[in-house]
Order: sequence, then structure tokens, then C-alpha cells
Amino acid sequence: MSAPHLSRRRLLLGLASSAGALALAGCDGLAQNAHVDDVLRQTEKLTLRGQRLLLGRQALAQEFSEADLSPVFRANGTQMPDSEDYARLLEGGFANWRLQIDGLVQRPQRLSLAELRRFASRTQITRHDCVEGWSAIGQWQGVPLGRVLDAAGLKPGARYVVFHCADELERTLDGSGRYYESIDLVDAYHPQTILAYGMNGKDLPVAHGAPLRLRVERQLGYKQAKYLMRIEVVDAYSGLWGGKGGFWEDRGYEWYAGI
Amino acid sequence: MQRPSTPHALAHARPARRQLIRRHGLTVRITHWLNVLCLSFLLMSGLQIFNAHPRLYWGKYGADADQAWIAIGSKQQGEAARGFFEIGPLRVETTGVLGISDENGTATARAFPAWITVPSYHDLGAGRRWHFFFAWLLVLNGLVYLVHGFWRRHFRRDLLPSRDQLAPRHLWQEIRDHARLRFAQGDAARRYNALQKLSYLAVVFGLLPMMVLTGLTMSPGLDAAFPFLADLFGGRASARSLHFISASLLVLFVAVHVAMVMASGLWNNLRSMLSGSYAITHDGEKT
Repeated sequence: MSAPHLSRRRLLLGLASSAGALALAGCDGLAQNAHVDDVLRQTEKLTLRGQRLLLGRQALAQEFSEADLSPVFRANGTQMPDSEDYARLLEGGFANWRLQIDGLVQRPQRLSLAELRRFASRTQITRHDCVEGWSAIGQWQGVPLGRVLDAAGLKPGARYVVFHCADELERTLDGSGRYYESIDLVDAYHPQTILAYGMNGKDLPVAHGAPLRLRVERQLGYKQAKYLMRIEVVDAYSGLWGGKGGFWEDRGYEWYAGI
Repeated sequence: MQRPSTPHALAHARPARRQLIRRHGLTVRITHWLNVLCLSFLLMSGLQIFNAHPRLYWGKYGADADQAWIAIGSKQQGEAARGFFEIGPLRVETTGVLGISDENGTATARAFPAWITVPSYHDLGAGRRWHFFFAWLLVLNGLVYLVHGFWRRHFRRDLLPSRDQLAPRHLWQEIRDHARLRFAQGDAARRYNALQKLSYLAVVFGLLPMMVLTGLTMSPGLDAAFPFLADLFGGRASARSLHFISASLLVLFVAVHVAMVMASGLWNNLRSMLSGSYAITHDGEKT
């Protein structure tokens, strides 16, 4: 009785210590293993499907009152695009700025701020949740993206809306450090998805993406592209830059940022 | 399936006798070890995520300009950087562990040190992937455990304290016994003691659901699906704080749990959670 008992103990001890060693030494190895990463990335699909099932198309992000506004709304990412083109636009009070809308649309558009303001607007006080863990509540005013897309008219095959920005968050020779983002049509036509030109009752400040930024309220902060220059409607985003659908997505973050 | 209290061998009154009983069913054993795996990775990837913004707030929002009730960080003091941990008005210097710690031989500004985060180096995206993968596994595993526990009456039979166990006198006796590391012998060891039952119930029906719900509350998507979640915990920033507190309490539970497992017979306990068999010893007089 005692002999097998001892060997079983030794086996247990061996198992426990090798599991411990594996855990300590192996985690980084596992994290960098492409196959492991592929498995982990399946979670994103599960999360997207699960959330879409629970959310439906219309469920609204929580809206707050003015009493809930953050005293200071943290500006993140680029706070002043440093290109000459942007500097000229800013100097002119964005009078010469145009939002280009093209790709899979019937009628490509070039809209000025004044034209965007002529659309019926929506004002919402929502919470901005950064992927890092902080959050801030702000008031946004803008035009629902769905209205602008309807004005341009989607062509058959349109699946994603890509936002090209004026800011380069990372300096590169090929321009791949330029900020961009993409969302699908469910989020594009969500009533709270707006192209915001106003924040907290004033014109959108430069630090927060003047003259125009995206608000996709059911997703994290990195989806809320700032300094919008061009909206491109596509059937797939795999051909753009890193192919993952966004600046941060190309650098390892999930495309679906509802969690 | 065998009941945990079903003896392997028939009991005959003999002095000082070792008897193997069936303590843990297969479902409990599998879900237990999956839980160990999940919680280990969730803790370490969770600390990686925490490191991206090592400040905690109360309320609906919270960012750098707002008052944090816990903050970990570092400050340059002359040549060297000093790590600190702040809770309320209290500030403790924690250089080497919190705020500043060694990463591949260089002192690095990071809230929790490399040896306790997954991955060890700073990578929020990877940390999130590990966290959500094991969060899904934890929830599925937990559902299997809960359904099994109610269906097979595991909770009612093994975890619900009996009336006699809840008597204040009895509880006091158990606390004194635990403090002296005296554990039940013989037939009394067939069932969990009241402190054990209460702490397991608190973890199964309190801390773990709290972990999952406060975690879900941090998701902007789920907040839209279930707006009452954020209100329930007093806002997203509060939910994040409660997530951290619950995780700390779970770590405390695991520390005490493992210490008790070792103190009350490491091999016997470990075997019972692996093969299901648990040895109880009857000394002659008590039988």
C-alpha cells in the first residue's frame, strides 16, 4: 500500500512543480505563440456574437444628465495633428475643410461643416470608456452617421464604414501611422452613432478631434476616431494599411471593442 | 454517481482505522481545477490590464484629473525613480514591487511587477485577449458547476450548514479550533465544517458572481444591453473598483484555502480533489 502511495505522491509533486514551472516560464512563450494567439482571438467573435444577440440593433448606450459631466474630459491620443495641411485648415477656422465620402456609394460627397450642420442633429451625454480603464462623461452634438450615409446612398455590397483621419499617431515613412477606424453597418446606423462637431455645448476642441469626430457609443474609446477627413464605404477592410480595420487593431487590439 | 459520504469499505468498529470515503464527485473535481486555471490567468492578465491605468475611482466616471482612492505610480527623486502605493490619504513607498520594478534587468515604471502579469512585458491587447478567453471559460465552467450543484443537490447536501453547525457556541468552537489548527477527525470529518461551508458559499454565490457582474459592467456594449448593471454598482468607475476589491478578496480566500489544505493534510486533500477519495481516521475510542 505504501509503495504506490509514495510514487503517487511523487507523481503529484512532479505534476504540480512542472505545472508551476510551465506557468512561470511558459506564459510569455504562449502569449507570443501564433497558434495560441489565434485561439485566444476566437474569443472576439464569441463576444461580438454574444453582445449582438443581447444588444440588438437599437439598444442605446446609457445617457446622462449635465450634472454627471466630467469636470475635465481627458484628451487622449493625438491632441494636435502636426501636419501642415491640418494647421492651414485650423488657421482658416475649418472653412476650407471638407468631409469626403466615397467608396461604395451612389453619390460621393464633399461636405463642409456648414452643410453637416444643416442635417438634423442629435445631442447626447454619454460615457467614453478608454481601453485602459478610465472613463469620462461628455456631451456630444452632431449628425447621425446614418443620415449622411443615406444622403450618399450605399451601393450593394457595402459592409463597413472606414474613417480616415488627419492625425498620424505614429511617425512612419509609408504613412501607416495614420489613424483610421472602421465599424460595420449595424453600428453605423445605430441612432447614437454620430459625427460630432460639438462637445459640452461648444465647437469640438482640437484636443478632442476638431472639426469632426466619430462617436460609437457602444464601443471603447479607440473606435471614436478624431480629426475625420474622409469616410470610405467598403466591402472589406483587409486591404487597408495593416488589414485589421484600424490603427490600434493593426497594433494588436480587437476590431470589436464592445468589451 | 457516488455520494461523497458513501464509504468505500464497510465500517466495523476497530481501533485506529483508516477509511477511504468518496468526497468529491467528478464534476466538482473537473470544475475545481478548471477554476484554478481560469482564476490564475484571470488574475495575472487582469493585473496587466490594471497596469494600463493603475488608478481606481468611485462613481460613474474617473480619469487622471479625478480623485482616485487607490493609485500606484512612480515619481522621479533626484537620480532614481521611486515607486509608491496610495490608498486614500495613505502613501507607502513600494519601489521594487509596485510602481517601479525590475523588467529584464532594468528598473521599469509599471504598477504591478513583471512576474505577476500575463504577458510579463507591457501588452494591454494581449492581456485583454487572455483575460476575455479565460473569462468566457470561467463563466461556462461556473454554469456547469451551478447547474450540477443544484441538480445533484451538492449545495444543499454538502455546502448548506446544518442547524447545529450554525449555533453560536459551535461556531465559536470552530473558530478556536481553526486558530489552533485542530481539524475534525473520524466521522466529523465526513462533512465540511461550518466555516468551510460559509466561505465556500460566499465565494460561489458572492465573490465569483460579483467578479463576473462587475467585469461585465465595464463593457460599454453590455451596459447598453443591461443599463441597470452600471446603476447597480454605482457607475462604471465604481464597478472597476469593486472588480479589483473582489479580486483581492478572492486572492485572500485562495491564500487561506491553500494554507488550510496544507494544514489539514495536503496529500489527503489533494487526492480527494483529484481521485475523489478522502481518508478519514477513526481512533479507537471515538468509534
